[in-house]
Order: sequence, then structure tokens, then C-alpha cells
Amino acid sequence: MNIPFLTSIVIFLPLAGAFLTMLARTENAIKWTALGVTLVTFGLSIGLYLGFDPAVSTAVTPQLANISSSWFPGQFDIKYFVGIDGLNILLIMLTTLLGPIVVLSSWTYIGKNLKPYYTLLLILQTGVTGVFASFDMFLFYIFFELTLIPMYFIIGIWGGENRIYAALKFVLYTLVGSLLMLVALIFLGYAAGDAVNAGVFTTDWYTLVSYNMPVEMQGWLFLMFALAFAIKVPLFPFHTWLPDAHVQAPTGGSVILAGVLLKMGTYGLVKFCLPFFPNAASDYAMTFAVLAVIGIIYGALVSRAQTDAKKLVAYSSVSHLGFVVLGIFAFNTEALQGAMIQMVNHGISTGALFLILGMLYERRHTRDMADYGGIATSVPVLTFFMVLSVLASAGLPGLNGFVGEFLILIGSFKSETLASPVLIALATTGVILAAVYLLYMVYRMFWGTLDNEENANMKDLNKRELALLVPLAVLMIVLGMMPGPFLAKSEPAVQHLLEVIETKKAIGEAGVTAATEVVLPAQISE
Amino acid sequence: MDLSQAYASLPGDLASTISLLVVALAGLGLVVFDAFNNRHAATPWIAGLALLAGFVFEVMHISGPEELVYYNMMRAGGAASFVNALVLGSGVLTVILSVPYLKKIGHNVGEVYAMILFATVGMLVLGSANNLVTVFVGLETMSICLYILTGFVRSGSGSSESAFKYFLLGAFSTGFFLYGIALLYGATGTMEISAMRAAVEGGGSVLFWAGVALLLVGFLFKVSAAPFHMWTPDVYQGAPTTITGFMSTASKAAAFAALILILHVALPAERWSGVLAIFAVITMVLGNVIALSQSNIKRMLAYSSIAHAGYVLVGLASGSTAGYSGALFYLMVYTIMNIGAFGVVALLEWDNKEGSEQTLDSLAGIGHKKPILGWTMAVFMFSLAGFPPLAGFLGKWAVFAPAIDAGLVWLAVIGVLTSAVSAYYYLRVLVVFFMKPEDAQSGAHETTFAIPRSSAAVLILCVVLLFVFGVSTSMIDLTQGFFDSGITAVTLP
Repeated sequence: MNIPFLTSIVIFLPLAGAFLTMLARTENAIKWTALGVTLVTFGLSIGLYLGFDPAVSTAVTPQLANISSSWFPGQFDIKYFVGIDGLNILLIMLTTLLGPIVVLSSWTYIGKNLKPYYTLLLILQTGVTGVFASFDMFLFYIFFELTLIPMYFIIGIWGGENRIYAALKFVLYTLVGSLLMLVALIFLGYAAGDAVNAGVFTTDWYTLVSYNMPVEMQGWLFLMFALAFAIKVPLFPFHTWLPDAHVQAPTGGSVILAGVLLKMGTYGLVKFCLPFFPNAASDYAMTFAVLAVIGIIYGALVSRAQTDAKKLVAYSSVSHLGFVVLGIFAFNTEALQGAMIQMVNHGISTGALFLILGMLYERRHTRDMADYGGIATSVPVLTFFMVLSVLASAGLPGLNGFVGEFLILIGSFKSETLASPVLIALATTGVILAAVYLLYMVYRMFWGTLDNEENANMKDLNKRELALLVPLAVLMIVLGMMPGPFLAKSEPAVQHLLEVIETKKAIGEAGVTAATEVVLPAQISE
Repeated sequence: MDLSQAYASLPGDLASTISLLVVALAGLGLVVFDAFNNRHAATPWIAGLALLAGFVFEVMHISGPEELVYYNMMRAGGAASFVNALVLGSGVLTVILSVPYLKKIGHNVGEVYAMILFATVGMLVLGSANNLVTVFVGLETMSICLYILTGFVRSGSGSSESAFKYFLLGAFSTGFFLYGIALLYGATGTMEISAMRAAVEGGGSVLFWAGVALLLVGFLFKVSAAPFHMWTPDVYQGAPTTITGFMSTASKAAAFAALILILHVALPAERWSGVLAIFAVITMVLGNVIALSQSNIKRMLAYSSIAHAGYVLVGLASGSTAGYSGALFYLMVYTIMNIGAFGVVALLEWDNKEGSEQTLDSLAGIGHKKPILGWTMAVFMFSLAGFPPLAGFLGKWAVFAPAIDAGLVWLAVIGVLTSAVSAYYYLRVLVVFFMKPEDAQSGAHETTFAIPRSSAAVLILCVVLLFVFGVSTSMIDLTQGFFDSGITAVTLP
């Protein structure tokens, strides 16, 4: 099956759906339109998955690419350029999968102002998919910022008590980072344009990668890019917006936030920070690894101290994404592969945790763990999914969380850039701590005596709720049991990326101060 | 001199400036018409159609060649048409928004429309001037009409107060401006902007640079750049809201256009780039930071308009043609966003008849009750804050990118940081509109008012334009073209 413009369709179909929901008249029509559009989008994205062949992904252009260079006037080489490569395919699949799940999870949760909610949700999906699929930095930036607007409203209108504060904090944190990145991006575009693009300003990813920036210029540009992504991840100490946003957001918002929005940060580090500024990235690798490990341990300890279940899961994201950042700055295939798969795993398992907590909240209107207790007997099916997600999130072998964390840990253990077994040993404690705080949550909420009347009368999962948890549960097991096919999708691209980074780093270290074009390794340039 | 010979070019000149003639004649006609038919329903129609006719004429000439008319006193076509179209378009939208607004506040008098037309004439002269005398004539025609427009609601004390303030300070700045022109004439022996450059080639005398400094003060006052912005909040708050929208957009566009021409054609960039950069920083920081603490929405928008003058100055400070064309593009985008934002404020204000006393908090929950106002305002706020894919982002791109290219990275960094600050107060409007629960006090307001179709159409038009110019870059291409070819480009050595 070969559908033209498939990548663009997958990106923009939700946006078209947003117009449809705007026109829909009844509440049911709105919901079913949103569900239908997200389901079709997911169906089409399977076409991307099947159409993508990792073996040839190392060619100079991505697969299934749609390019239009007539967008900007002549003095700017800015293109509409989207496509699929090994780095983004899994994240795009995760985004399109979470689309219908989020719509279903909001089915009864969102009681007022349905129309703007589903419209914004669909716009958000276009933004996130676009971020992952862009091969032009300008386009990337537009999608990156586009995600802020719907998320701001979703938290601010449909969120909890403290939603206004959380929404503003979320937007302002992200905005400061991304605006500084914009300045760095414009600077980079002119510098690369002068050196390798005949003096024409450029934001084309391949052109920017081929530009070999003088080492002394890389430092501050790298930091400005990395700051934007570190805030998004969020890396300690830029994480303070996350608990607020997560706790206040409605369930659907939390799932998207944890599932895919945070990955825009880690994806940005992999795709832009490392290949654009390889020397600076390896110079600062230790700093970022230390911050990542602090985040792993700090996130875990703070999680343990929470009484609010949603806040506990929110802080666990700080811890889990610390692993991803650690893997990214280890600069070897195992660790980077682990980081790639961990991004997906975290989206699945934390997404499931937020979904289940949302279901409990809908029943009991409280997130305080003390209000629950012993509910395993009243809602056994829900408990099953909860325990599964918790174990997956804690990294139990056989479930998906284990694969990513294990690869990251062995990769960074033998990393030449980091070369600090003590640091990695500290990071490893994060895995144990994860089990502590997550099982503690299960213990407080699900085990024990069922002494509350309201808890005893809770209804178990209905069909809709079952329908949205089953796919995630299946993926947890499949990804845990046989991660091979999924890892294979990204492996050639990851290796390619690391080779390019090595080559560029060597050129930079050799002290070639004049900007020269990188010679890509022979097997990857064609 | 034989007069028949002297005006041989007159028919051609008149044909090139039809929009100016139409608007001026319509203004004169309206004064007479209104004297015999007070508050006639046709008055706004005449004004609106005259402005629309002028707008269409100018749009048709934007891509045409730029030429000098009236013995090099003015320019027509090309860049001049672009600015004129901007001014006229802003005028058309202002007239449409003003009709229901003025009716509601009980001041739907014919003079208002005549004054809008005369102010527009002044802006057209200013925007297409090619001589310091024409610049001055345009500036004064515009300013005097704006003083009157600010104060025509005689019953409200706020309106009269702000008109008086505006007049006093404006007269003062005119003095600076005129003195600057006099010094420049003394130093160069010419009033013609393009001829001035030859006199500067040698470096320019003290007299010359003193003249430039005074001229700059006059301009910075008119575009409300800090530290010459003191009048702006009071005037914008006190003036009738739709008129504020007009003042904050069209007059700024025309004044900036004249400044751009003078900077580009007459003055070598390296001498003043740093000065403008400093003014840009002061303006951006001051406007955005003070806007944070405003509780009145009109006053907040006034400070935001100061901040936006700062962004335009960033484009000018880069001293390159890309910077100037970016500034022109920014002015266009800014006009669309601000007309829309003030249009929404005008509709809301008319609802509770509080006039300039309106606080932000009294509007809690209005976004859900009046979705058209709420969501169009959301677009204007996000665009003003510079979020893609709206035109406000592309506008900021168009002024910041040339600044970075010119090595002013620090200026761009300060610019984006202040625009992150601005996001806070723009989003606060949306917080009130959508997220704050309605309190008992605001619930008392009558919110069942109908939104006139004409106003809704203007708001939706502005929203559509913001999306179109946020994605399409054809306008950046167009404004760049003015500096690549045509008179504006040719005059450069």
C-alpha cells in the first residue's frame, strides 16, 4: 500500500478533524468525530510503520518524506520537510496510539465545554506528530510551540483546583526555553548558511548536520538548545513545572503530557543537540549525566514522600526521564537505543498509570492515597491493570520498562564519555527506589482492609475503560518479551547518528576552525 | 516661471495619489453633509466606502513600480502603497467597529468620521513622504485630528483629560521635530530626504547630528517608544476604544514608515544603529514589565503597544534592508492583531457601559458565554505574544532574524526574554476569559447583549488574516522587494 503524502496526512488529519468537531452540533457527534478521526489517524500511521524500512533508513533523506521548498522567499532556505526515520517512527506511533485512548478516557471525565476540549486535543495531536516528523528546524519550532496553546487551555480550563497557576507556569517555563532556542536557531541558520549553503539562511536538518561548527562557537548554542529541551524533559533542576501541570491537568491532558509531550524534550536532545554540537555535547555530557542521576534519585525520593497518588506518578516521570537523558549522553549504541525505547515505554506505562488514577478519581473524586485502601477486592480488574502498569513502570524483567532501563544502564556503564561507574551505580539505585515508591502506592491504595463504604461500592471497569487499557497492557507485555522488532526499527538510525557525531567530533577536535562540510561515512551518505 | 509648464506633471501626479484625493474630498464632503443631516445613517457609509476605495486603489499598486510625485515631495506605489493600504485598511475596520460602539456610548456624531478621514489623510501623506516638509505636514495633520478624536466624548472626564495631555505633550514633541528639521536644513541645505545622504557622506557636522537627534525624539514620541511613551497609557485608556485601536495601529505604521525611509535613505546605518538598539531595549523592557501590573485591559494593551514599538525598533536597529522590510511586515501584523484586540475590548466595554473604568476581573468567564469574543481574543492574545502558527510569530521572526544576522544577538535575546514576560499578561486575559469562575460581582453584569454582525465579521476577518500571514510568507517577500528594487533601493549608493 502506497498512499501519497502519508506522513503529512498523519500529521494534519487531526487538525482537519478539529474543524469537524468545531462544526459538530451534539455532544455525541463531537465525541464520535474525535474518536473516529484519531482512530483513522492511527490506522494510517500503521501504514507508516509498515512502509518504513530501517535497513535503508540511513540514506540522506528520510523515508516517506514530503518536501515543499517554495514555502519561504529566496533569502531563506526554509522548507516544509517531514518524513520518517528510525529516530521518530516509534514516537509517532506512540502519539497516534495515544490519540484515541485519550479521547476515550475523556468520554465521561470531561463534563462541560466539550467542543473546545476535543478541538484542542486534536490540534495538540497535530502539533506533537509534527514535532517528531519535522526535518526542518523552523517547522519543528512551529510545531513545538503549537503544542503549548492547546495544552495551556486543557490544563487551565478543565484542570483541578490550582489549574490557572499550573497552566501559566507550564507555558512560561517552556516559552523561556524555546524562545532562547529560537535565537540560537537563527544564529545557527545564518552561520550554517554562510558556511555550507551558499550564504543562504538554512534550517534544513541535513544541511545543519553537515555543517561543522567551530568548537568555540558550539558551547553557548548547545546550552541554549539544551536548556529548551531540558525544561521540556524536564531535567532536574528545571522540573518544578511538571508536578503542578500533571496534577492539575485532566486525565487526558496528563496522559498526553507524560506520554508524548515530555518526549519532545528528549527527542530534541537526540536529534538536534548531539549532531549539531557534538564537541560541546560531549564536553557537557558529564554535567548532564550528573543532573540526570540527581533527577533519578531526587524524583524517586520525592515520589516516596507524596500522599497524592497523581503527584507520586508525576515525580516518577522526573526519575524515569532521568534515565533517558543519562542514556542520551552516554554516546554509545546500547545506551541511545535504550533511551529511544525507554521513551516509548515510559509513555505506555506512565500513560496507563495516569489513566487508571483518572478512573479512580472519576469514581471517588479524590487523589489522596489515604482515602483508598483495600480496593483490590472491590475493583479486581482495575487492580490487575494497575499492578501490571506499576510493575512495568518499576522495570520488572519481562515487562517493557526493564528493556530500556537495562540497556541504558549497561550502555552508560561502558560509556567512554562518562567513564564513571560510581555515577551509574547511583543511577541503578533509581530502579530499586522505583519499586519502593510504586509498590508503596499499590500497597496503600489496593491492599489492606476495605474499611470505607464508598470504596466498597466502587464499580469495576466498564467496557470503554477496558478497551483503552487493554492495548497498553498488551504492549507492555509484547515490548517486554520481544523488544527486538521495535529496537530494530531504530538501530541503524541510532548507529548512523553516532557515527556522524564521532566524525564531526573528530573534525572539531582536530582544530579545523574554519567551518567545513562534514564528510559523512561512506556507507551512510548513500 | 510659466505655471502651465510647471504643472505639466499634475494630472499624472493626481492619478497616482487618487486614494489621498478621495479620502480628503470625502472628508470635506462629510463635514458639509453632516451640517445639514446631523447623525445621518449614511455618514459612516460614506467614510467607510471612501476608505475602502482608497484601500483597493493602493492594494492594486503595491506590486507596481514606485515613483516620485509632486516634484519629489511624495512617493507613490510600491512601499508607499503598502503603508497607505495598511493605514486605509485600519481605517475601514475602525469605521465598521465604531458604528455600533459609538451608538451605544451615545456619541455617534458625523464629525468623528470626518476626523477619521482627515487623520487618514495625514497618515497617507506621512507614509508616502519624500521630503521633510511633507513629513511634517502629514505628521501634524494626523496629530491634530487624533487630539480631537481622543477628546470628542466631552461628557466623560477621562476623554477630555487624555486629549489635553496628548495635546500638550504632542505639541512639545512637534517643537523638537520642527527644530530638528531646521537644524538638518541648516546642515545640509536640503529638505529632500534622498539628497541628504550626499551631505552626510563626509561624516556630518555637529549641527547635522543634533538635528537627527531632535528628529528622532519627535519620531520616538509619535511611535510611543520609551522614554517618550508617557502619554500613551493615559491617552489609550481615555480615548474611545475603537479610536484607540486606530491610533495605536495606523498612526504608528505611518510614523514608522517615514522613520524607516529617513533612516534607510538619508543616514548611514553604522552611526545610529547602537542608539536605536538602546531605545529598543528600554522600550521592550519597560512596556512589557509595566504591562504586567495593569488591571485595566485598555491600559494593559497600551503598554503592550509600547512594547511592540520596541520590537519594530529591533528591526530598525539591525540597519539592513531585511530589518526594514521585517519592520514593515511587523507593522502590518501588529495592525491586524491590535485592531482585533481593541475591537473585542470595545464590544465588551459597551456591554457594561463602564467605559474606561473597566477592570479585567469584571470579565471573568466571558469566554464561555460569548465564544466568538473569547476565541477571537484568544487568537489575538497568542499572536501578540508571538506564538506560531500565528502571524505575530512570523512578525517577530522577521525583525529578530535580521538583528541576529547583524550581530545584535544580545538584543534578540533581550527581545525574546521580554516577549516571554509579555506572554504572562496576554495569557492572563485568557485566564480571566476562560478559567476564572465567575464571581458574584461580575455575574451582575448583563451579558445577554447581541454582538453586531459587522463587528463579528471584522474580528473573524482579523483572525483569518493572522492565520494566513502566520503561514504564508508572501508578505515578507513583498516587503523585501521594496528594498531590492524601486526608488527606495535606487537612492542607496
